[in-house]
Amino acid sequence: MIKYLFKYREMLLVVIIAVLLGVFSSRSPGFSSPSNLSNIFNDTSILIILALGQMTVILTKSIDLSVAANVAFTGMAVAMLNAAHPGLPLAFIVVIALGIGALLGAINGLFVWKLGIPSIVVTLGTLTIYRGMAFVLSGGGWVNAHQMTEPFLQTPRQVFLGLPILGWTAIVIVGVIYIVMSRTFLGRAIYASGGNPTAAVYAGIDVGRTRFFAFVISGTLAGLCGYLWVSRYAVAYVDIAAGFELDSVAACVIGGISTLGGIGSVAGAVLGSLFLGVIKNALPVINISPFSQMAISGGVIIAAVIFNARQERRRGRIILRDRGASEKIEGIA
Amino acid sequence: MTHAALAELPSVSPILEMRAISKSFPGVKALNEVNIEIFAGQVTALIGENGAGKSTLVKILTGIYQSDEGEIHIDGKPVVFANAQDAIHHGVTAIHQETVLFDELSVAENIFIGHAPKTTLGLVNWKGVNARALALLHSLESNIDPRVRLKDLSIAQRHLVAIARALSVDARIVIMDEPTAALSRKEVDDLFQIVKRLKSQGKAILFISHKFDEVYEIADNYAVFRDGKAVGSGTLADISQDDIVRLMVGRSIEHAFPKVDIPLGETVLKVENYSHPTEFRDISFELRKGEILGIYGLVGAGRSEICQSLFGVTRPSAGKLTLEGKALDIRSPGDAINAGIVYVPEERGRHGAVLQLPIYQNISLPSLGRTSRSGFLRAAEELALARKYAERFDLRAAALSVPVGTLSGGNQQKVVIGKWLATQPKILILDEPTKGIDIGSKAAVHAFISELAGEGLSIIMVSSELPEILGMSDRVLVMREGLSAGLFERADLSAETLVRAATGNA
Repeated sequence: MIKYLFKYREMLLVVIIAVLLGVFSSRSPGFSSPSNLSNIFNDTSILIILALGQMTVILTKSIDLSVAANVAFTGMAVAMLNAAHPGLPLAFIVVIALGIGALLGAINGLFVWKLGIPSIVVTLGTLTIYRGMAFVLSGGGWVNAHQMTEPFLQTPRQVFLGLPILGWTAIVIVGVIYIVMSRTFLGRAIYASGGNPTAAVYAGIDVGRTRFFAFVISGTLAGLCGYLWVSRYAVAYVDIAAGFELDSVAACVIGGISTLGGIGSVAGAVLGSLFLGVIKNALPVINISPFSQMAISGGVIIAAVIFNARQERRRGRIILRDRGASEKIEGIA
Repeated sequence: MTHAALAELPSVSPILEMRAISKSFPGVKALNEVNIEIFAGQVTALIGENGAGKSTLVKILTGIYQSDEGEIHIDGKPVVFANAQDAIHHGVTAIHQETVLFDELSVAENIFIGHAPKTTLGLVNWKGVNARALALLHSLESNIDPRVRLKDLSIAQRHLVAIARALSVDARIVIMDEPTAALSRKEVDDLFQIVKRLKSQGKAILFISHKFDEVYEIADNYAVFRDGKAVGSGTLADISQDDIVRLMVGRSIEHAFPKVDIPLGETVLKVENYSHPTEFRDISFELRKGEILGIYGLVGAGRSEICQSLFGVTRPSAGKLTLEGKALDIRSPGDAINAGIVYVPEERGRHGAVLQLPIYQNISLPSLGRTSRSGFLRAAEELALARKYAERFDLRAAALSVPVGTLSGGNQQKVVIGKWLATQPKILILDEPTKGIDIGSKAAVHAFISELAGEGLSIIMVSSELPEILGMSDRVLVMREGLSAGLFERADLSAETLVRAATGNA
């Protein structure tokens, strides 16, 4: 049992989250009630969607630090659009959000693909640029709730089968990304490009192009989150989601997605996000200040990295031993 | 002294002696009561297949591992190497197969990193470092400037720096662990000059190599290991190559090159005036069905570069390719795979497999274009393909869904070869197919190459090993400094002609 848990990080994370829920509900009855759990999930939905985008990028041995800035710009753009043209249907606005997000992601991807600039440098630059663009677009002003239309604000809040549409959106995205990663050529190419870029090239995979598409996925999801964020908090301003790119990276790392690329799963990204979501929702309930909350998240991230590194090393040793023992008896064919 | 041959050497006692050394790892007895003696001013060749225990012995001698049992004596006195520093203090130093040097540092810094001369303030004495580096390089009769960056040196010069580094600690016993693995023939000759110089300075050298011609050329004594035991030692003059092979494998190897003569079919690939901006120029050859075309030349002659270009990794600047009568334009490895050309790279570990992915996904990776439809994978076909090639190669694994990284080295190789054959290529390019493989496995690889040619596959085989080129090729393209130095038919092949063409000694 223990062995099984250790073999699958995801299972271990499920257990840890369950234990946390147990501990928290012993301190605060009702914490694990279905309605509160649905609340926590809903509250974590945006992080889950962003973490999935971040995951596709990290899997290719890259990183996207511009996701939160993308959220801010796209959020501002669609909020202003909604305020200026209240008659536009929501579906159209969502498509615009996806499109703007995809475009911003594609800009990152093109720099990484065509100019070969390291993704951390590119997205560190676009992180500032995209947020600056949000400032230029809005002139530093806010778009407040009363300027936005009813459907724009209320649709993600509609409760369906006990869960708001926002939560359902996250579930649909999880499903879509799962299918992309496990059932499509692109998904396989993403894993191969990060796992061993040279071998991927030799296998006929265009690694640069694969990274480009990973950035487009990440950007598209960030664009979607731009709309979801603005509608959820009913306000758009330049600094929304500031620093949130690090939460998305943290969720991935906690979920066992290797920052070296090639290792990680959709379940990991989702569970990593939920872990952060549970902590964030629980600590205020049991009277722990937001500052210790940040320290706890940080501690957990480092613990997750140490744990993952140890896992990798253990596997490495086994390979070496097997190889030494078997090389003399086995040829190549 | 167990060996008569050594006992007869007058008034020579070994500078280093290992007595009844044993070392076990979980599940493996790597060394079993091994004795070995090394003499000043002599080269002792350590010979054995992969896994025979050579590397373990080297690690014990350099203090990286500690033996479970047995003693090491230097100058007749017992010594204990608790760590690498101890070994260096006793004058034992090793030059490893893949030299560990720093590209961005200067030659002198590379030589003295970790033990640079210090000023009285404890800072690095750069004048001293450069002067001593210069003196060391001079003693090796080299005129490399100690102040240039390592990255500006040729491979042979880097080796020299590695040797200088090894000698910078006042070494008396120098271990060379397959120093020629990455060197061309000419560079090997240069290295051997250095070895001879070290010999004449009275250093004892332990020389580890797979290549017999080199062993016979440079070594005085031999010690053969098999399965963790020393199975024979003595002076090389007293033993034939066949006997050494017999000692190594415990059986005699017949048909080292099982080349099967196959009637060659029509021309499959025609390469005309193929050129690259920097690596090669005006290369032309034809490849026929069932043919094995060897490409021979020194390291850096442009052999691998041609193959990589044919495979679409790099773009040629000029030239024409014709595949089965149709003009061919290859812009990426994907194009090449679609056209039926595949390339098994030299570094199969690094370029071959994605270790984190399961076996079946590795095997299907280059074939995904065929086993997917409008971007979606078709799991059943993918698995069927993987199963077919796993069976064909007798792949031993718990399941096809386990990551390739958990397999043994031999089985990983099978996955790498399997994934290329799964694309059902017409042309297979093999870059150094037997590099770093022991003799027994080499024969299996050669038999397999012959079998593939027999099935009508056309093969281009790049190799630095003359016996392999001579034994396996129908024709040989020799390259020198990026140019074709001749195309030789099988009937005209001889070691001399090829080496002459490759080195330009007309």
